[in-house]
Amino acid sequence: MANNPYYSKEILEHFMHPKNLGAIKNADGIGDTQNMRCGDIMKVYITVEDKKGKTIIKDAKFETFGCGHAVAISDMICELIKGKTFEQALRVGFEDIKKAIGPVPPVKIHCATLAQAGVRAAIEDYQKKQK
Amino acid sequence: MPKIYLDYAAATPIDPKVLKTMMPYLKKEFGNASSIHAFGQRALSAIEDARNIVANFLRCQPEEVYFTGSATEADNLAIQGIVKAAKSRIAKPHIITSAIEHHAVLEPCQYLKKQGCEVTVLPVSKDGLVSLADLKKAVQENTVLVSVIYANNEIGAIQPLAEIGKFLKQSKTKIYFHTDAVQAVNYLDCNVDSLGVDLLTISAHKIYGPKGVGALYVRKGTAIEPMVYGGGHERGLRPGTENVAGIVGLGAAIKEVASPKNKIHNIRIRQLRDKLIKKIPKIISDIAINGSLEKRLPNNINFTFPGAEGEALLVALDQKGFAVSTGSACSSHSLEASHVLTALGLPEETAHSSLRITLGKYTNEKEIDIFVLALAKVVERLREISGYKTKTNGK
Ligand code: FES
Repeated sequence: MANNPYYSKEILEHFMHPKNLGAIKNADGIGDTQNMRCGDIMKVYITVEDKKGKTIIKDAKFETFGCGHAVAISDMICELIKGKTFEQALRVGFEDIKKAIGPVPPVKIHCATLAQAGVRAAIEDYQKKQK
Repeated sequence: MPKIYLDYAAATPIDPKVLKTMMPYLKKEFGNASSIHAFGQRALSAIEDARNIVANFLRCQPEEVYFTGSATEADNLAIQGIVKAAKSRIAKPHIITSAIEHHAVLEPCQYLKKQGCEVTVLPVSKDGLVSLADLKKAVQENTVLVSVIYANNEIGAIQPLAEIGKFLKQSKTKIYFHTDAVQAVNYLDCNVDSLGVDLLTISAHKIYGPKGVGALYVRKGTAIEPMVYGGGHERGLRPGTENVAGIVGLGAAIKEVASPKNKIHNIRIRQLRDKLIKKIPKIISDIAINGSLEKRLPNNINFTFPGAEGEALLVALDQKGFAVSTGSACSSHSLEASHVLTALGLPEETAHSSLRITLGKYTNEKEIDIFVLALAKVVERLREISGYKTKTNGK
């Protein structure tokens, strides 16, 4: 396909061949989020481990009902939060996503917001379960 | 990679015959149709030839055909022009339209509402059809215009125009009847008298003609005001130097639509479309068809694939060389679910999982076969991505 400014090459690559797709069976935390306007739904699964006394995200996977950007960014954010502490994972912002996956058109910024919300929800779910 | 186009409701390729007819007007016949010299007069006569073809097709007088720059412009001229003229008689004109109109009709109606008009939006059945009973209830003393699409662009639902036209004719006060016939022209009878319409919109690029040209039929004696003012072209209703090549192209395209060969094309298109209707449910589980199957354009089908999001479907198919659409092309950059599908009563999530496939005269059986297989794979993959399967099989 010729250059499609709406869907960049990187986005298409992650959309067509996501690496972190699927549910994690015994996930330590599951985040379930939805964007009310576009109706898209994203689920983020995480497992955690202790490393030098700190809890870090060991693995992250996703299931997304959403547009190509939502799928691609879900995949990317899973990649970005692996091996990070919660604090670091929560700090993964739009700029980091953009740096990793390339430009995102303005109408699709909320797809990234959705992914960030998914990560937050998964972490909160884990923390709730610890109490 | 195949290159298979199944989005004919968005745009059609120009028919080579149409292009050939247009070519001289893009080259040596460049005259301005308002000029008195021979260059101008040849351009003028080309426009009048096109007008005659369109008039013949609509079974109206040539003076009742006005060329515009697009169907959107024609819709706006019809709606805003009628209301503008009515305002001299009625303080608060009332417009009736339907929930499944094209944006080119809905938006001017919304605009006029903000300007102080009353607007009633008729609901549709779950099949996507407007009912005469609802229309009858909606008519008021100040109703000046009814605008109902002939055949919807997303689900192809054919509206009962003749019934509506007949009813409106009996009304004591004059209620003008407009229809956007853009999607219907290629497939349905557009005789303005049997439909009972006073205004009718057509577009060239949906019928194998060029983009940037449309036409509005306006019945003689209709009280209508122009939207723009200028040099008096198109009898003052739509001034602006005529797009000669475009108008010639529209005429040539209509000529092809009216030719007996087109009937044969349309039968074949229906057969191929019906093949999709038969095959897709067989190889993809859990699907639904949106809109009436009987009262439907022969080239249109609209499916819902729960668990597979529409835009993702479109993009994944595009990657494999197939062009289809979610709802209408114009709304593909907006986030909201299709207003047409939600008007049918579909929940938003379901509306977001829908795909429109529209065929045309260059579609062949092999394309349909390849498409069905690719679609099945893509739907399965997206359902995996959304975790849809685990939902049905698992918990
Ligand atoms: S369009 Fe809403 S998540 Fe992409």
